Amino acid sequence: MSLALSDNTAGHRAQVHRSTRASLVGLVVAVIVVVSLAYGPFAFLTKGNQQNLTTLFIYIILGTMWNLLAGYAGMVSIGQQAFIGIGAYGIVYASDILGLGLWIGLALALVISGIVAYLVSFLAFRLSGGYFAIGTWVIAEVIYLLTTQINTLGAGAGISFTAFRGYKPEIRIAVVYWIALAAVVVAVAVTYLLLRSRLGAGFTAVRDDATAAATLGVNVTRSRRIAWVVAAMGCGLAGTLLAMTTLNVQPGSVFKIQWTAFMIFIVIIGGVGTIEGPIIGAIVFYALERYIGDVGFWYLVILGIIAIAMVLFLPKGLWGLISGNGRLRLFPTGYRLTSPLPTPIANGTPDSREGESS
Amino acid sequence: MSESQLLSVRGLSKKFGRVVTAEDVTFDVREGEAFGIVGPNGAGKSTLLNLIGGVIDPDAGSIEFGGRDITRLKAANRAKVGIARSFQIPRPFVDMTVFENVYVGSSFAGGTRGQHGYDRAYAALETTGLLGLAETPAGQLRLLDRKRLELARALATGPRLILLDEIAGGLTEKEIPPLIDTIRGLLASGVTVVWIEHIVHALVSVVDRLMCLAEGRILALGDPHEVMRSPEVIEVYLGTTFDIDEGRAS
Repeated sequence: MSLALSDNTAGHRAQVHRSTRASLVGLVVAVIVVVSLAYGPFAFLTKGNQQNLTTLFIYIILGTMWNLLAGYAGMVSIGQQAFIGIGAYGIVYASDILGLGLWIGLALALVISGIVAYLVSFLAFRLSGGYFAIGTWVIAEVIYLLTTQINTLGAGAGISFTAFRGYKPEIRIAVVYWIALAAVVVAVAVTYLLLRSRLGAGFTAVRDDATAAATLGVNVTRSRRIAWVVAAMGCGLAGTLLAMTTLNVQPGSVFKIQWTAFMIFIVIIGGVGTIEGPIIGAIVFYALERYIGDVGFWYLVILGIIAIAMVLFLPKGLWGLISGNGRLRLFPTGYRLTSPLPTPIANGTPDSREGESS
Repeated sequence: MSESQLLSVRGLSKKFGRVVTAEDVTFDVREGEAFGIVGPNGAGKSTLLNLIGGVIDPDAGSIEFGGRDITRLKAANRAKVGIARSFQIPRPFVDMTVFENVYVGSSFAGGTRGQHGYDRAYAALETTGLLGLAETPAGQLRLLDRKRLELARALATGPRLILLDEIAGGLTEKEIPPLIDTIRGLLASGVTVVWIEHIVHALVSVVDRLMCLAEGRILALGDPHEVMRSPEVIEVYLGTTFDIDEGRAS
């Protein structure tokens, strides 16, 4: 039905731009970087470099997923470690115990993460705000405790990941590196495309005001559930990569809440609510861990101080600083109405309303 | 029920704890009608719009819209069948631009994606005089523009029925007439309007019928002037006699 508006639409077509010159450049640069990184193991990346980059890729995936969930969809979860653990155990179970091999195991681990997230959502979504955050943490702890009761999965002692048995170490490291590179590309691309789709506008609308979003036709619960399941699958993907890099899954390690703390740190440092932010945040976090990570206790204190300082003085994160508060967008998700626009009036709205109400 | 009834509310009741906000509320709104609602603060006016819009569920009663029972329909689906809503306290999506705010309405409830959705959002901005602010983050708008945005978003959904909750409240005397023109334009295009307003002269100048609520009950319903002259309404709502002609003159 377009009773009220049909007359007005006849005269013109609104021109809306969804990309900018910067975003085209960004896309080209991203492709060049990814292709170079993919070629790296043949030329300029040592085994150590590949392992380090694999870790960085895991951080980028985790940051991107928490940003999708909390930054865009407004659901602050502190239980995302549940899905890292499920991903890690899932691939061990499917690849090794069921004997399905690496690739099917990887796919199945993601499916399991998604299914668990879907089921858990019916419980978690009864809560909102701070209660939701605590609820997700409780759910993660329950999943952790349940896992330690399953003897097939090594109970509390953990379990080895053997799908790479027979690989030469340098081949294994390179393969895991390529899988991680592909995973980070997929994670960022899926997030970006999701946010550019109509659903993406729905996520942001629900985050800003769920009631208003509902009265404009956005299915609030469905929208939240999609973000939740996608973010869980992304964390599950990171979990499978952890299993591939450590070759040994320990419940206390994959289910630790620090993972979520690191995700939040990455997003805050990089810039919440942007695609670029978590990538930059992950690089910074990786560098901090690499160079001051061995000071133990004080390392976490330093992370905390940095996070507080960022929130207070640079709430839009490093990407906010670099992009001039969002003027530069390499991965734009919004809708820029470019024409036909009346000449903007500096102070307030144009007062040319007479005769427009047809 | 006659065919010209767009909205039929039957025996609608809602309590919050012990507070009765709607008690056995029954009325019809005809297609194309301008239906006004007045009542003192806490009379249950906004609750009634929340019930019709599906933001809250009733304890008892039913709501029919276009001949279909929508009592159990969720808010998002009511928006899709053609019920739009503006909130008393504007609820903009603060981190989205004005255009994006309106596009949410045209693309979700309106079901017009892509270019059609853009065009309809554009038209809604034009109708409400917001085009110059299309690229402004909605969080930066002043009150009048926030109210206009409420209206623009509702319009962009392509509604059959629009629920206005004190759309003129808090505006200056100069700002009200253009808003009334916009609402008259809506009515002229065939949209049905249910409008809550404390600024009675503005309301009475537009609506065909007026309903007065008090403590969740219908106190009076009928011709706007008669309703405003009825002693119960004067006592409960106004406290003093209200000179409607003087009100209209401004």
